[in-house]
Amino acid sequence: MKRALDILLPLLVAVLILSAWEWAVAHWQVPVYVLPSPSAIARAFVDNFSSLMTALLSTLTVTVEAFLAACVLGIATAIGFSQSRLLERTFYPYAVILQVTPVVAIAPLILIWVGFERVNLALVIIATIVAFFPILAGATLGLKSADFNLVDLTRLYGASRAQVLWRVRLPTALPYLLSGMKTAGGLALIGAVVAEFVAGSGTATGLAWRIVESGNRLEIATLFAALALLALTGVVIFAALSLLEWLLLRHWHESAISQRS
Amino acid sequence: MIALKGIGKRFANGTEALRDLSFSVAEGEFVSLLGPSGCGKSTALRLVAGLLEPDSGHTRFAQDRPEIGFVFQDPTLMPWADALTNTRLPLDLKRVARSEGNDRAAGALKRVGLNGFERAFPRELSGGMKMRVSLARALAAQPKLLLLDEPFAALDEITRNALGDDLLRLWKEDGLTVLFVTHSVSESSFLSQRVLVMTPRPGRIAEDIALPFGRDSRLSSATIEAQRAISAALNTAMAA
Repeated sequence: MKRALDILLPLLVAVLILSAWEWAVAHWQVPVYVLPSPSAIARAFVDNFSSLMTALLSTLTVTVEAFLAACVLGIATAIGFSQSRLLERTFYPYAVILQVTPVVAIAPLILIWVGFERVNLALVIIATIVAFFPILAGATLGLKSADFNLVDLTRLYGASRAQVLWRVRLPTALPYLLSGMKTAGGLALIGAVVAEFVAGSGTATGLAWRIVESGNRLEIATLFAALALLALTGVVIFAALSLLEWLLLRHWHESAISQRS
Repeated sequence: MIALKGIGKRFANGTEALRDLSFSVAEGEFVSLLGPSGCGKSTALRLVAGLLEPDSGHTRFAQDRPEIGFVFQDPTLMPWADALTNTRLPLDLKRVARSEGNDRAAGALKRVGLNGFERAFPRELSGGMKMRVSLARALAAQPKLLLLDEPFAALDEITRNALGDDLLRLWKEDGLTVLFVTHSVSESSFLSQRVLVMTPRPGRIAEDIALPFGRDSRLSSATIEAQRAISAALNTAMAA
């Protein structure tokens, strides 16, 4: 029952807003190039279905590739940090600099360096930079949070560093890492969109490019359709990572247990 | 089995935990290390385990370093692993084959009265049961020397007594050598054969009390008599 309400209540709000929107556009005769009605957006979605799906696939590919790259790089860097305090002290400030520098400002440079003939690679690199930090931060904190006594106990039995990492540090880090991954999933999508904006039309072929193009042509209904598709993609990514989190933590971690009950 | 001589230990923050700590434990003995909190009991135990290095003095084992089991004040279990996997940890670290490890871990759980709880996760167990898993884990590696750092301090009295009885049984069955850190006079008076009373920080041994036989229950007159002797020694050590 509680579960059903979680879905029904937001759905009810959506129906109310869309109905009010539809009614208001018709009542005040708002021009379609200012604000199209939901039904017009739905029509635009159906009319442009195949081209929108192609664009979605392009953006999604960049997002997923960037997310996976960020996971691999973030976890590997965090493991390096956890093994050597010196390594962390040396390189953590640079990770922070990478994080606080607006990606829009670096994006043109990366596009030039990688080259417009390999624009997809440039997009993936830009999105990876955006998604990298939460994973690094989560994994670093998690690897450091291992119970000191438990680590001592493994030393008592002659455990190697690799054994301590695999048996104690990584499982301890898992909830922190998954929380970082949930943030990074959304950021990878944002990074992909920002990168497409910077790359501009003619080279990029994703949803962000469709939005720019639709705006230029004053096809506002198509713009809205692409926008809705982007939002939906973000929600699906978040839901997928939440599901992964629940599957991995459901037996033991407080967060997953309170979600279930 | 083990002898500490002239041990001194100062921590990085300047605290002098131990000064000229010397004592020895014979094979098969059950010895309590008793003192007020902060007197360096746990530090001494960690030195014996080799988890800390002394600044001065040395720790010697009669033969090679024996297999050591360690039980902390907290159960210190891996929350992501079930009771069997937690118990198997020492064997996994020593790369014992999985099936043999499972058999030995299950056996250890059975010995502490947790038959049937192999697949239970720590959050599903009570405080006393978690401590039993911790004890089973220490036993799984078949130690000769068992070090316990106030293992029952956080438990209620009924559970504490039950675990104390189990510990005595395991000690007798396995011929273990036990070094038991506690701040409880009654616990040390019933469980151990010898009580080492420590001074406040920096800790050293103030008195070495051998307890008489005949303490077969917590309320026997010999146990009460032992409590009196230990309390008196503790008072003297605190005042010194």
